Amino acid sequence: MDFAFTDEQLMIRDTAQAFLAEVSDSAAVRAAMVSEHGFDAELWQRICADMYWQAIHIPEQYGGMGLGYVELVAMVEQMGRFLLCSPFFSTVCLATNALLVAGTEEQKTRYLPRICEGMTATLAHTGAAAGQFGGQWHAEAVEATVTRDGDDYMLSGELRYVVDGGSAELLIVAAREPGSCGTDGISLFVVPADTLGINRQILPTMDQTRKLANISLDRVRVPPTALMGEPGQAWPQLQTIINLATVALAAEQMGGAQQVMDITVEYTKERTQFNRPIASFQAIKHKAADMMTQVEVARSGVYYAACVAQEALTGGELAGELNEAASVAKSYCSDVYFSNAGEAIQMHGGVGFTWEYDVHLYFKRAKASEHLLGNGDYHRERLAAMLLDGEVA
Amino acid sequence: MKLSFSAEDEQFRQEVATWLQQNLTGEFAKLRFRGGPGDEHMYPEERKRWEQKLAEGGWTCIGWPTEYGGRGCSIEQQVIFNEEYARAGAPGHVGHIGEGLAGPTIIAFGSEEQKQKYLPGIVAGTELWCQGYSEPGAGSDLANVKTRARFDEEKGKWIINGQKVWTSLAHESDYIFVIARTDPDSVAHKGLGFFLMKMDQPGIDVRGIEQITGTCEFNEVFFDDAECDAGDIVGAPGDGWKVAMGLLGFERGVSTLGQQMQFQNELNQVIEIARRNGAAKNPAIRQRLAKAHTELKIMRYNSMRMLSGQGGSDGSLQKEALIYKLFWATWHRTMGELAMDVLGPESQVLEGGPYELSRLQAMYLFVRSDTIYGGTNEIQKNIIAERGLGMPKEPRVAAK
Repeated sequence: MDFAFTDEQLMIRDTAQAFLAEVSDSAAVRAAMVSEHGFDAELWQRICADMYWQAIHIPEQYGGMGLGYVELVAMVEQMGRFLLCSPFFSTVCLATNALLVAGTEEQKTRYLPRICEGMTATLAHTGAAAGQFGGQWHAEAVEATVTRDGDDYMLSGELRYVVDGGSAELLIVAAREPGSCGTDGISLFVVPADTLGINRQILPTMDQTRKLANISLDRVRVPPTALMGEPGQAWPQLQTIINLATVALAAEQMGGAQQVMDITVEYTKERTQFNRPIASFQAIKHKAADMMTQVEVARSGVYYAACVAQEALTGGELAGELNEAASVAKSYCSDVYFSNAGEAIQMHGGVGFTWEYDVHLYFKRAKASEHLLGNGDYHRERLAAMLLDGEVA
Repeated sequence: MKLSFSAEDEQFRQEVATWLQQNLTGEFAKLRFRGGPGDEHMYPEERKRWEQKLAEGGWTCIGWPTEYGGRGCSIEQQVIFNEEYARAGAPGHVGHIGEGLAGPTIIAFGSEEQKQKYLPGIVAGTELWCQGYSEPGAGSDLANVKTRARFDEEKGKWIINGQKVWTSLAHESDYIFVIARTDPDSVAHKGLGFFLMKMDQPGIDVRGIEQITGTCEFNEVFFDDAECDAGDIVGAPGDGWKVAMGLLGFERGVSTLGQQMQFQNELNQVIEIARRNGAAKNPAIRQRLAKAHTELKIMRYNSMRMLSGQGGSDGSLQKEALIYKLFWATWHRTMGELAMDVLGPESQVLEGGPYELSRLQAMYLFVRSDTIYGGTNEIQKNIIAERGLGMPKEPRVAAK
């Protein structure tokens, strides 16, 4: 057993940290977040050309780096720390995972090399139902419908909360057979975003560092080659894709929770009241200690989930733990990021409430990330069903 | 990152499991899942014999070097042993203070004579130890020790006077290690000595403390001209604090996974009750059970990180180790509350009179001590903030 980063993984992490500290400082984040698509296209090109991060876990046969999910998570953690505004999460953690898990060989050969070249993509699987009951992200949230028209498929319906849905060049769309419900009748399609009948609307959001969109599908005609896997049988793959993205999102949250704590602890060491740095007061130290405790155990949960995600992609023996590991990591990290960001405002005092200080960027990103792919309550209920339901022996 | 154990270690796991299965039988069968925290008063004689049974099988002090009678097991093997021990429901280990604290301290800081005199009894499971650190005026402020040690030239012995408190297993122990002030004019952590003392002597009196559970695991120990041989001070007079604290930095947490196996047993029991009495259908209880499960999983992963970590070059704890006590103690206290809330009004009905608690009821009450002993949550938070985050100490108030 060796539950620690290898030297190579440490190098990947440190490189990401150094690069992001330079290119994703407060000024850069604030400039990107008010742009239409929410990221700096030049920086994305630099990431794709110089760093090659978008290719990290794409197999070498498709032009990727062929690394694993632990390496991916080590990098995403740093993106969370520096609030990187980019289509990385949508392209790599959603769409690339979808292609890897559910794509046909022809689709992988066609699209993965293009993602390696910098094409952006996302997963669009939820309708307005995702917003019900305080957030639900399982099969019931798939609402778009698919019908046959000759050999072609016709996609219709509204997709909501689509990450980078306004800018992605390629969409992975989930749709269900009319009249089906639950996990039945769900199919996945690869659809270029400029296909006729697709209408996209960027949603103004409280967290400006990640853009969401509504996508309406008005009898969008796609060829049989767009279908991923078997018609109506895609739920198990879609569930794996969502779980994999959930693990990455938890890593991002943990990075954010770490950074907002670090910023706050530094501030309390400099801020003086009653002739002492406020960091010397136990009322402040104890809050900081709780923040660190939660971040450290969150980190343990995320790294474990990353190992499980890697085995899920490669068919290892821990693959069966993916549902659980994703929900453990996401429920814990969602709560920790929000609680750390909330305490960060309190510990900053009045300046924490200003637009000028960066704390509000973390506070807003924390709540947005919490509600993306299921908040703590949602994931705990998912765990409760695994633990508690079924026949009593 | 690699999460699995080697084939060799898995074979070791099999060996441990088989031995426990074959030996936790007969008079020892009733000890299964007994004698843990909150239950340490149960079956003391049988558990002492069990300790010797373990020794016969070579399962005491497995992490000690072979030259001192240990097995020289790797960290992984010690983890596996602790996991299997807890999984089998083997009883609370009466020798753990000797094996985990007294012995390693003697190995690290003791004289050759002390090693010869004390280590074999610990390995054989025949000599039990207790720890004399806390005092009525030295709780969180542990260095404020008032117990005094003076050297009597005529007798050629150290004479100890004072009082220790919260001494677990004192009434069952053969020896106690004590920190006491060798320099009467010293304050705080300076001027202390570390003494190895025989319990069975006229100058030592042990009185049980009746706890919130109605039982007595903890004791007061009174020293009234108690004697300690000249050769039984570890290190020099004045080195006591260094010796007492020396091992804390090297604690790698091999017992943590075993402890978590016990926690898992408790959680499983509570889940079983919730499924039977319908509490599992209550959305608020579902959330709390899922949270307990989540945090116990994460606690396990955190221990795996601790065990894989290298620690600081000076033996200092990594961040994931620094937070461990605060996290598990708080988790366990919350688990106690959850157990009662799952049981509902039935939680208030005892097993029998006059005050016979069920295991879960005893656990619920006993875990209130988890966030106090071994450094309160508040002290843990100070340590985390100061060592983990570099935040300044509170200004000290000068002693009067």
